[in-house]
Amino acid sequence: MKLTKILSIGVTILLVSQLTACSSLGVKPWERDTLAKEEMALNSAPLDNRLDDHIYFSKEGSSGGRSFAGGGCGCN
Amino acid sequence: MQLKQLTNISVALAAASCAVLGQPAEAGTVLDDWQFNSAILLYNETDRVSAGEGILTARGDFGDDKYLNLGLVVDALTGASATGAVAQPYVQSFTRPSGRGSYDVAAGVTPLDDTFHDTRVQLDASWEQPLAQNWRASGGGHLSKEYDYLSMGLNGSLARDFNQKNTTVSVGLGYSHDTISPEGGIAVAFAPMLLRRDYADDSSYQTAFNATRDREDDTKDTLDVLLGLTQVINRDWLMQFNYSMSIADGYMTDPFKLVSVVNNNGEVQQNLYENRPDKRTKHSVYWQNKLHFSGTYLDASYRYMWDDWELTSHTADLKWRLPMSDSWYVEPQLRYYQQSAAEFYMPFMQETDPLPQFASADYRIGKMNTYTLGAKFGTKLAAGNELSFRIALYQQSPENDGDAAPGVLAGVELYEKVTAVMAQLSYSF
Repeated sequence: MKLTKILSIGVTILLVSQLTACSSLGVKPWERDTLAKEEMALNSAPLDNRLDDHIYFSKEGSSGGRSFAGGGCGCN
Repeated sequence: MQLKQLTNISVALAAASCAVLGQPAEAGTVLDDWQFNSAILLYNETDRVSAGEGILTARGDFGDDKYLNLGLVVDALTGASATGAVAQPYVQSFTRPSGRGSYDVAAGVTPLDDTFHDTRVQLDASWEQPLAQNWRASGGGHLSKEYDYLSMGLNGSLARDFNQKNTTVSVGLGYSHDTISPEGGIAVAFAPMLLRRDYADDSSYQTAFNATRDREDDTKDTLDVLLGLTQVINRDWLMQFNYSMSIADGYMTDPFKLVSVVNNNGEVQQNLYENRPDKRTKHSVYWQNKLHFSGTYLDASYRYMWDDWELTSHTADLKWRLPMSDSWYVEPQLRYYQQSAAEFYMPFMQETDPLPQFASADYRIGKMNTYTLGAKFGTKLAAGNELSFRIALYQQSPENDGDAAPGVLAGVELYEKVTAVMAQLSYSF
């Protein structure tokens, strides 16, 4: 269990450092045609995500990740 | 019965939506600067909980990249919820959590409390605007009220773009204060569930019941911190990385859940109200990818969560949008979730064992895996409006975490699967 935790943190740090260090990542402003589409938005279906988060918050032992884990309901 | 409950929920939600929709309709051209999203979800577990949830959100454009977001959520729940007590090869009697009334559970059946129903209304609002070049900020709050629960919260976030907006770093903070006031008050930790039939009259029962309760309500405070990194990889690939921490302090016991105490032959001697720690710190890392290839759009995410209750989980989520024509798309969706048990989870207690500090038999914090298989069908209408329908099957499979079932418990189902169907209709205008 501990090992999984350490591994996942390691992978996170490695990935984040790779992303920020590599200046070739990204696009020029005129290359944003696809990225600008609503299908490519990180939260392209906000209501679906909200409903899903509420269901899984009520039915499982985990919450958060995409957004705040928070409280909000008594949910049984 | 189930169908009738669902119909009632649908009618209530439809009425609530109409009441809300009626107001902005009179506002005329001001509406041009507003985008509305609405959805109705019906959730139905086989033989257990049915829920209906309606959402309406509005996003107002105030110019100069300033936006006001408003949200209204109404949900209603009804049906039967697992109490945590174990099934037995004979009929069992239970007192309702309020102390008033009782119900019987048939032989071999997982005990469910079928009086469970609640209606919740939530309002939220947030404001977002640029602060300086490449800086954006937002702030908001929520208020959520149900019969026995009140939650109030504030949140704020700050984001900074770098590298021609290819990299965004953000930090968010959220705080919420919740109050729970269950019917019948809050039970003393590990208070026994009393049965009226064991007492000579109502007043002696009521006196004994009151002695198992020590307060009317309790509170919980939660502080959330969210650190985010968004990176454009190339023209067709966007990535998001979040680390979040959630610190909760207060009442986190479920006031309606029981733990059965059994003898060497697995026979229930008594049922005790559960008791959970009053502190919990959760951490999670979340990695999301949005990919465009061959005209299709893939949303793939993974979350790893761990906490000081020793519950860890893995969640993988895939949504693949496949355009069928200029206006139609189909989106298969798949989610897989796996969690380990919280350290104080136990499906039952042995009467020979000493009483632990904390215990819960709630399968939702036990070892479990779940999957969701679904599909969304959407179409773009005139004037940029969008209509979509989503249907999904959700299955929970609780698992034995190495507890040997003594005597009669070997012959009953202790880890019952739960299957639910979700159907959602959404309209954006």
